[in-house]
Order: sequence, then structure tokens, then C-alpha cells
Amino acid sequence: MAEWTILEAVNHALATAMREDESVVLLGEDIGINGGVFRATAGLQAEFGEQRVLDTPLAETVIVGMAVGMAAHGLKPVAELQFMGFIYPGLDQIISHASRLRNRTRGRLSCPLVVRAPYGGGIHAPEHHSESTEALFAHMPGVRVVIPSSPARAYGLLLAAIRDPDPVVFLEPKRIYRLGKQQVKDDGKTLPLDSCFVLRAGIDLTLVSWGASVKETLEAAQQLAQQGIDAEVIDVATVSPLDMKTILNSVQRTGRCVIVHEAAQSCGVGAEIAARLADEGISSLLAPVRRVTGFDTVMPLYRNEDDYMPGVNRILLAAHDVMEYR
Amino acid sequence: MPQPQVDFTITRLLDAEGKLSGDLPALASEREALIRLYRIMVLTRRFDRAAINLQRTGALGTYPSIEGQEAVGAGIGFAMRADDVFVPYYRDVATQIQRGVLLEETLRYWGGDEWGMHFAHQPHDFPVSVPIATQACHAAGVAYAIKYRQQPGAVVMTCGDGATSKGDFYEAINLAGVMRLPVVFVVNNNRWAISVPLRKQTAAVTLAHKALAAGIDGYRVDGNDALAMTQVMDEVLQQARDQHRPALVEALSYRLGDHTTADDASRYRPADELEAARTLEPLVRFKAYLQNSQQWTEADDEELYAGCDREIAQAVDTYRNYPEQPPGEFFDYMFATPVTDLQQQKQRWLEERKRHG
Repeated sequence: MAEWTILEAVNHALATAMREDESVVLLGEDIGINGGVFRATAGLQAEFGEQRVLDTPLAETVIVGMAVGMAAHGLKPVAELQFMGFIYPGLDQIISHASRLRNRTRGRLSCPLVVRAPYGGGIHAPEHHSESTEALFAHMPGVRVVIPSSPARAYGLLLAAIRDPDPVVFLEPKRIYRLGKQQVKDDGKTLPLDSCFVLRAGIDLTLVSWGASVKETLEAAQQLAQQGIDAEVIDVATVSPLDMKTILNSVQRTGRCVIVHEAAQSCGVGAEIAARLADEGISSLLAPVRRVTGFDTVMPLYRNEDDYMPGVNRILLAAHDVMEYR
Repeated sequence: MPQPQVDFTITRLLDAEGKLSGDLPALASEREALIRLYRIMVLTRRFDRAAINLQRTGALGTYPSIEGQEAVGAGIGFAMRADDVFVPYYRDVATQIQRGVLLEETLRYWGGDEWGMHFAHQPHDFPVSVPIATQACHAAGVAYAIKYRQQPGAVVMTCGDGATSKGDFYEAINLAGVMRLPVVFVVNNNRWAISVPLRKQTAAVTLAHKALAAGIDGYRVDGNDALAMTQVMDEVLQQARDQHRPALVEALSYRLGDHTTADDASRYRPADELEAARTLEPLVRFKAYLQNSQQWTEADDEELYAGCDREIAQAVDTYRNYPEQPPGEFFDYMFATPVTDLQQQKQRWLEERKRHG
């Protein structure tokens, strides 16, 4: 079994999908000979040729819009948007077309495309390179929003996203792109979409997170364990549509929940999870659901970005508040 | 590879009086084809009127009129083949009826039912695009898929003149040029984008000039001349299919009606401009041409109109008798496979509906 980073897992998933299915075509800026600015597509143009790994003009609307046309006409395009901060020209195509083509033709046409984008802060990047705006996409009916937080999940979920018959926005947490390797079997096996992953079983408290924040959430759980608090950690992974069943099952047992995400607080995916817990899990709740999130501010430039990010300390404070609530 | 050419002269075969000028087009010797082309325009004109009347009586939702632009769509559809793909905007009934889209399906869509774009007899054409110019990008993607798969067809995209101001349009024609895609972008220049006239839309001398910057072929054609439209589309589609030469075609027409049934063009459009435009409309000249060249009689014309009206009456009848969607069907086509949350929402809604009637 090979040891991969998330980035390498993405690369291998793309290669595996392309080897097994000629209709898988990659497109995006700098993804060819340069292998993408993060090297997620390194070596793929050399293996699969310029017709399957397309360096597009610098034009995000047509990258996504073209992918809609390709997908509706039998291809399985995987578009790379260089940074989430530059995905917005393509937002119209995702919202107005990709997410509704199946519905508005009553299933005659469909849109099996994947839009990949590195997202999130914490790498001291320039302005517009650090945001987490997954809620924009999660709010849109008809599109899946998938966020891996480990090499194995990056591999298995990206393969699942590419094989899925509907559009998927696949957001890659770039802060942990190269952070640590994991043994992954390059066997072409997918992991389930629309499912949470329970990363740590626990009985006292449920910690819910996704993306790069899963790292701090797991660290917080470890420290809590040393303090005698046994936290369950759930990686949501598909933030839309939500697998509330797994989260509700956990909270039914623990009665307490802290949601951790890097995105701004208001109207974030955490708000939806909290609302659903209030609606469907109120009888199990022993304490208010707390959120540890980014703030409703513009992401600070890199000198102050750490102040914005939800770190282990903030997660611990919230966990203690929730545990001590009577 | 031959350099892209932009021809700024307007291709016109039939003048406003229906007189043929220049070389005889191949179509001129095919009586049956000429009548078919004319019938498409008449059917579209009569359908348009019927649809507006249905809207006025509350039997149809907001509907965008086509009056005056029938030749643009008639020519496009006439030149397209079954293995081409059409990516339309919303004034393209004249093309769509030649692609297997039923009149009753168009009514069903504007009548508020998604099944209207299911197209029982047309598997791969796109549904109409409502957000302006976004479909130019889809056309490029379909063209790429055709080229990648080495399929024989080409793609035709349509849009209005206002759409050429949008980034989507520029991005798509630029990409089509770079990638040498088998796609033809047809701009129905009907001079008005709702209330904004073309002079406020662009300082470009013609819309065909936009082809220059994209490095693709550009053409201007009298969009009220069905023969010229057919000829130009034949030519550019052949080049798109055989040589992967993308093209931009500016079809000069005029929107004689309102933008939609929710619009009142008299608020912003000078009456004398409208009257002048009426003298150039496509049906009058084509009928005159048939009379001059094919011994077309008033009796022939009346019979053709009556036939079209019967066809439309039947379509309206079918439309009125379509079954309603089953309650909550709108939940069912968001994803290919059932999604737990959506099923729960549907279930809850159905129960609420039962409780409250």
C-alpha cells in the first residue's frame, strides 16, 4: 500500500478515474504541463494527453459552463478552479445550470461534473486565497458539496464524486494538502457520498467538523480525553446533502454537541446542523449546541489569519462550556 | 490552417419585395423545400400569436414573442442535421419545431410545467436558456465533447444582441477559437434587449466584429431573409463539422413584438421605427418570392395558413389536456438517486397537505 498526502490521493484518484473511463476529462487553468498550482494534476497530461487534460483560457465562467455542456453530452468533466476565491464567476453556471439541468428536463439531460477547488485558510496566502464559502454551494439544491479531510477520504470520495451521475463541488482543504501521509490502497474503491464518517467514538460529547478543521477537532478530542472527557468526532464530509442520521444518533447518546468550521458563522453549514438538532434532537440535548467558527468578517490577511481560524483552544473552551452546562 | 475570415457585408438573397438577387441559391429550384421553409415561418408566426392569446386569457404564463424573427430560426433549423446539437435561448420555436420539439411541449414549458423541456422526440438538444448568454459556454462544452469523441455533428447556439455584452459570450467565443471547436454562435440581432437599444449595448461597428478578437469566422446575414439564413447556416455548419471552424453569425432582424407578454414596448420604442421594421419582415417577402417564382396563389396561401392553424389548435388541445404533475413530483428530479433529506421533506409536505387539504 502506498503512503500518500491528500494532494497525492487527489492525483491518484484522478488518474484511476481516467484510466477506467475515457469520458473523464480534466479542465482548468495551469493543470497541464504545470500540473496545477498545487500539483494536484501533476503528470496527468503526460499520461493522458492534451485532449483529456485541458489547459483552458483564464476564464472561470466558461470553465464551469463548458463542463456543463460536456457533462450533458456524455463526458465526465472534472474542472479545477485554482482557488475557491476565484470560483465565483463559475457560481452562476453551478447555480443556474449544473444544479438544475436534470430537474428542468425531467431527467432527459443530466450534469455529472465535478468542480474541484482548493479552499480554506492557514497557508499565509494572499488576499482572496483563504476563504471557506462552502455554505454558498450547500444552500443550492441539486448540487453535492463534498470535503475530504484525509488522504483516504480524498481518494475514495473524489472517485465517488466523479462516478456520481450528478454535479459535485469537491472542496479540498489546502492547509492539510501535504500534512501527513496515510496508507491508501489504489484499488479504485469509492467511499460513500452523503455520509458522515465517525473518526473517533465517544460517549460524553459530539464534535462535528469537516475539512481542515477536523485536524484541530481531533487534537481537541485527544486533550479532552486526557481530562476524562470522551468525545466522539464526526467528519461530515458531504456538507450537502447532510447525513443528519449519523449526527443525530451520536447526539442521542452524548446529549452534547460542538460544531467546528472555518467558515464565517452566520448561515454557515453549522447553523443548519444546529437547527436540525434543535428540530429533531431536542429531547436528547443536555446543553445548547455551540459553534466554534470563523467570524462574520473578511478573512484577515495572513499576519492575523491565525486569530480568525478556530484553533484547539477555542474548541476546548466550547467543549468545557457545553460539558459544564446544567 | 486557414485564417479566420470576417465578412462584414450583409448576405441577402431576397429583398423586402421578395426579389432574388445574385446567384440562384440551390434551394431556389426545390419547390417542396421552399414551401416547407415558408410553412415553418408561418407555423411559428401563428403559434406565437396563439401563445400570446393563451397568455392573455390566463392559460399560459409569461411568454417571449418571436414575431418578425421567424426566418432566423427557420434557416438555422433547415441547415441543421439530426446529429447536430441545438443550444437555444428563448425565441427559437422556428428551429425547435424542426428538431422534433412539439408545439405542445413549448406551451407546456411556458405554461409552468417542466415536462415541456423533456422533449419526447429530441434526445440531446438543450432546453431553452433563460439566464442570458450562459448557454454560449454550454455550446462550447458540447462542441468539445463532439470533437473529443470524433462525432460528426456541430453545435448551434443562439442568443440575442444583448447577450453579446456578457462575459459568458466573450469567454465562450474566445475558447471556441482557441480549441477550434465545431460550434456556430448565432446572434439574433433584433435590435432591442428589452428596452435597451443596440446603440447602448455596444460601440462595436457590428456584432460580427466580435468574431475578430476571438479569432473565429464572422458573418452578417439578413435575418429576415430565410434563403440567406439557410445558405449561410449551411456553409458555416459544414465548415464547423468538417474543419472544426467555429463561427459567429450576426443575423439582422427586428423584434416586432414586446420582449415578453409582461413587457410593453410602446413605453420605450419609437412607433415610426416599428412601422419601418414591419416593411422588412420575413413572411411578406417570402410569400412574394413564392408568388413570383413558384406560381404560389392566394388559395395556396390560405390553405397553408389553415393547415398551420389546425396543427396549432391540436397542440393547444393536447396542452390543455396534459395531466397535472403528481403532487410533490418536483422533489423527484433533483438527483438521480433518492436523497434521504429530500425524501423526508417530500413525505412531510405530503402529510401536511393531507392534514390541511
